[in-house]
Amino acid sequence: MASATFRIWRGNKNGGEFKDYATEVAPGMVVLDAVHEIQATQAHDLAVRWNCKAGKCGSCSAEINGMPKLMCMTRLSTLPLNQPIKVEPMRSFPLIRDLATDVSWNYSVKTQIKPFRPRKPDTPDGTWRMAQADVDRVQEFRKCIECFLCQDVCHVLRNHHLHSQFIGPRFFVYAGALEMHPLDDENRLRELRDSQGIGYCNITKCCTKVCPEGIHITDNAIIPLKER
Amino acid sequence: MAEYQTHQHDVLVIGAGGAGLRAAVEASALGAKVGVVTKSLLGKAHTVMAEGGIAAALANVDSRDNWQVHFADTMRGGQYLNHPRMAQLHAQEAPARVRELEAWGALFDRTKDGQILQRNFGGHKYPRLAHVGDRTGLEMIRTLQDYGVHRGIDVQMECTILTLLKDGGRIAGAFGYDRERGHFRLFRAGSVVLATGGIGRAYKITSNSWEYTGDGHSLAYHAGATLMDMEFVQFHPTGMVWPPSVRGILVTEGVRGEGGVLKNKDGRRFMFDDIPPLYKDQTADNPEEGWRYTQGDKNARRPPELLTRDHVARCIVREIREGRGSPHGGVFLDIAWIKEKLPDAAGRIKKKLPSMYHQFKQLADIDITQEAMEIGPTVHYVMGGVRVDPETQMSDVPGLFAAGECAAGLHGANRLGGNSLSDLLVFGKRAGEHAAIFAKQNGATSVSEEQVEAAARRALEPFGRSSEEGPYQVQRDLQQTMQDLVGIVRREPELNQALGAIEKLRNRAQAISVEGNREYNPGWHTACDLYNLLTVSEAITRAALERKESRGAHFRDDYPAKDEKFAKVNLLIRKGAGGEMKLEQAPVPAMPPELAKIIEEMK
Ligand SMILES: Cc1cc2nc3c(=O)[nH]c(=O)nc-3n(C[C@H](O)[C@H](O)[C@H](O)COP(=O)(O)OP(=O)(O)OC[C@H]3O[C@@H](n4cnc5c(N)ncnc54)[C@H](O)[C@@H]3O)c2cc1C
Ligand code: SF4
Ligand code: SF4
Ligand code: FES
Repeated sequence: MASATFRIWRGNKNGGEFKDYATEVAPGMVVLDAVHEIQATQAHDLAVRWNCKAGKCGSCSAEINGMPKLMCMTRLSTLPLNQPIKVEPMRSFPLIRDLATDVSWNYSVKTQIKPFRPRKPDTPDGTWRMAQADVDRVQEFRKCIECFLCQDVCHVLRNHHLHSQFIGPRFFVYAGALEMHPLDDENRLRELRDSQGIGYCNITKCCTKVCPEGIHITDNAIIPLKER
Repeated sequence: MAEYQTHQHDVLVIGAGGAGLRAAVEASALGAKVGVVTKSLLGKAHTVMAEGGIAAALANVDSRDNWQVHFADTMRGGQYLNHPRMAQLHAQEAPARVRELEAWGALFDRTKDGQILQRNFGGHKYPRLAHVGDRTGLEMIRTLQDYGVHRGIDVQMECTILTLLKDGGRIAGAFGYDRERGHFRLFRAGSVVLATGGIGRAYKITSNSWEYTGDGHSLAYHAGATLMDMEFVQFHPTGMVWPPSVRGILVTEGVRGEGGVLKNKDGRRFMFDDIPPLYKDQTADNPEEGWRYTQGDKNARRPPELLTRDHVARCIVREIREGRGSPHGGVFLDIAWIKEKLPDAAGRIKKKLPSMYHQFKQLADIDITQEAMEIGPTVHYVMGGVRVDPETQMSDVPGLFAAGECAAGLHGANRLGGNSLSDLLVFGKRAGEHAAIFAKQNGATSVSEEQVEAAARRALEPFGRSSEEGPYQVQRDLQQTMQDLVGIVRREPELNQALGAIEKLRNRAQAISVEGNREYNPGWHTACDLYNLLTVSEAITRAALERKESRGAHFRDDYPAKDEKFAKVNLLIRKGAGGEMKLEQAPVPAMPPELAKIIEEMK
C-alpha cells in the first residue's frame, strides 16, 4: 500500500502550526478518511467536523492544498501524493481548534433575512398549486448544504472582513431562493442593497467555483438580485 | 466542585433533527420558553441525509390511497408488533404535517396538476412519498430550521447532554458540556423531549454518522424509563460496498422506486425467487409487470425489489453467502437498464436521483446511468427505543418525552421507508405540545448538586488516567463485535459471546485515558459517547437473545420461523435496582376492533 503525508493545521485561537502525519492510502480513500485514521491512531484530540461522509450535510469544510473543499468528497486520487497534502481550517472564520472553525456568524446572518411569507392558498383546502418548472428554478438554490465554502472564499469576507455589512454568497443564494419562491410575496430587495451589501460583490465568481453543490451562485442568484 | 453555566427553560429539547425541531416549534407556539441542544451544528442532523421522501397518504398520485391503507401497510411492515394507536395517529396526521411544511416554505416535486408529487417505496401499496428529488431530508430540516429561527427558540449548538436530572420521580432538566470549549452546562426545565435519533455507530458498517451513539436511549434508560423492541435493528439492503472508504453509505430505496433492479453475478433477478406469503398477492410475478408498476400503471403490482427492507436485505445476504455475489461482496443494483425502456433514461436518472448520481460518480468512479452499482446491507435505523404513550409521547418518567428515531412503537419489527420522516413530524409535534402542557401544569423543579457532581466526575475521569488505551480502539472493537455477533443473522451462542465481550469492553472503557484538554477534543467526546454505546449494545443483544423466533428485522438462524407466542409480545428493558439490565415480555397493546377490521379488509 502506498503512503502519503498530511500536513495538518494544529492549534487554536492563540496560535498553532502545521504538523506532518504519514498514513497508508487505501483505494477510494478521501481526505476525511485520512484525517480520521490519523485521529484514531496518532492524534486522538485532532478536532474535525463531519456527519454524512457523502457531501450532504456540509460539515467537513476545509482548505485542502489551499482550495476550499469538502473533505469527504475529495478523493486522494485527485491529489498529488508525492508531496505533503496540506489540510487547514477555513480561514475566513475564527478558529476554534485544528480544523474546526466558529461559523456561528452565518447562523446569525440568517436571522436578519425576512422569513418566507406565502400568498393565500390557491384552494379552499388550504393548499397551493405550482408547476414543476417554477419549482425547479428555486430547487437549485435549495440544494445548498450550508458548508459555507463560498463564504470562506469570497474576498469581501476573507480579505476585507466586511462581515457586518455583507451577508456573503450563501445568503444571496438564500435570499434569492425566497425571492424566487413561487409562493412568496415578501420583498427583500431593499435590505439586500442597503444593509446586506450586495453592491460589494464584484462578480468574481470565486464562490461559484467552490460550491460543492454546483449552484450557479453568481449567475443565477446574485446577478438577477442585483438587476431587480 | 464542578463549574457550570445554568440555563432555564420550560421545555428542553435534546436533538435538532426533524423530531426535535418540530417539537420545539410546537412547544414555542404554545407559549413555552424552549431550548434546543444538539451535538452538531444546526442543520447537520441525520434528517438532512434522508433521501427518498416522507410517507403521507395525500392521495395526489393514486386516489385510492387513504389513512386506512397507510395504517395497514405500516402494521404489515412491522409484523403487527407496532402500537396500533401510534400507527393510526401517524397515518391520519401525516398529510396535514406535510402540507404544513409546504406552508412554511418547503418545495416538493409536483404532479402535472401542480400538487405534491408522490413516489413508490417498499411496502407502501400506493405511491406515497412526498419528495424533492433524492434530497427530501435537506428540504425538511432546512424548512424547520429556517422557520424555527424566527420563533425565539434558544439553540445551543455543539453541546452534548451527558445525563438527565430528576427531582424525585419527575424530570427536572439535563446536564452536559459544550463541545467547543468543554465547559459544563446545566439545563433546568419543566419537561424534556428526547429527539436524539439512533444507534448505528454500535456497528461497523452503517449509514449513520458519529452522532448515532444511542444517547437518548441510554439517557432515558439510566433515568428510569423503559426501552422497547431493541432487538429490531434495520439493515438497509442497499449500502455502498466499494471502495472500502464508502462502505455503508446509503443508496436510497428511491433507486428501486424509479425502476432499479437487483441482480446477482449471473444477472438473475433473484428477488423473484422468494416472495413471502404475506405479500404474494401484492407482488408482481414477472419483470414486465414490475416495470409497469414503477412507471405508474395502477393495475400492476409492485416488483419484489420493493418488498420490505428486512426481507430484501436477507435475500441479498443469501445470494452473497451462496457465492452469487458481486466482486466486492455485494450484489448489483441496476438502474442503467431502464435505457432499454425509455428514450432519455440518463437524463431521467440524473433528474430523479441527482445526489445518487453525484455520490457514485465522485466516490466510486461509477456512472449509474451506464453501469450497475455494487451494494450490500448496512445498519440504518433502530425500530426500538423509549417506550412512550401514543397520544402524548411521554415515557414512564413523568415529564420525559421522546419522539423520532429514539422512540419506539410506531414501526414494530420493521420500519417502512419514508415512515421515519413522517414519524418525526407527527410525533415531534405531539411531543412538543404535551411537553409544553406538562411544564405549564407542573411548575418548577429543583435538582440536587449530587446528581450534577456525579455526572461531571464521570465525564472528566478519563483525563486523570494514564492508560495505554484510548477511546477509539474500544469503539472499533465494540463495532466489530456487534457487526460479527449481533448482525443480520443471529444465533444463541454468538449472542452470548457478544454479552461477554460487551462486559469486557465496558471494563476497558472504564480504564481508557484521553489526551489533550477539554477544548474541542474528539477523543474525549468519543469517550463520553462510549458509555451510551455500550448501554444500547447490551440492550440490543439481550433482547435479541430473548426473542427466540424470526420476525421483521430480527432473524435467528436457530429459530428461523415465526412463533405465535412471540407474535403477541414486545420486549421491555429497564434498569434494575442494583443497576443490572432487566428484561421483560409485555403483551402487545390491544387492537381496537375498528382497526382490526381495517387490517382484515386490506389483507
Ligand atoms: C442516509 C439516510 C437516509 C435516510 N432516508 C430516509 C428517507 O428517505 N425517508 C425516511 O422516512 N427516513 C429516512 N432515513 C431515516 C431518517 O432520516 C432518520 O430516522 C431521521 O432523520 C431521524 O430523525 P430524528 O429527528 O429522530 O434524529 P436526527 O435527525 O438524527 O437528530 C438527532 C439530533 O439529536 C442530537 N443529539 C443526539 N445525542 C445528543 C446528546 N447526547 N446531546 C445533545 N444532542 C444530541 C443530534 O445532535 C441531532 O441534532 C434516512 C436515514 C439516513 C441515515
Ligand atoms: S462573486 Fe461576489 S459573492 Fe461571489 S466570491 Fe465574488 S465577490 Fe464574493
Ligand atoms: S451555496 Fe454552495 S458553497 Fe455556499 S454554502 Fe451553499 S452549498 Fe456551500
Ligand atoms: S461529512 Fe457531510 S458533507 Fe462532508
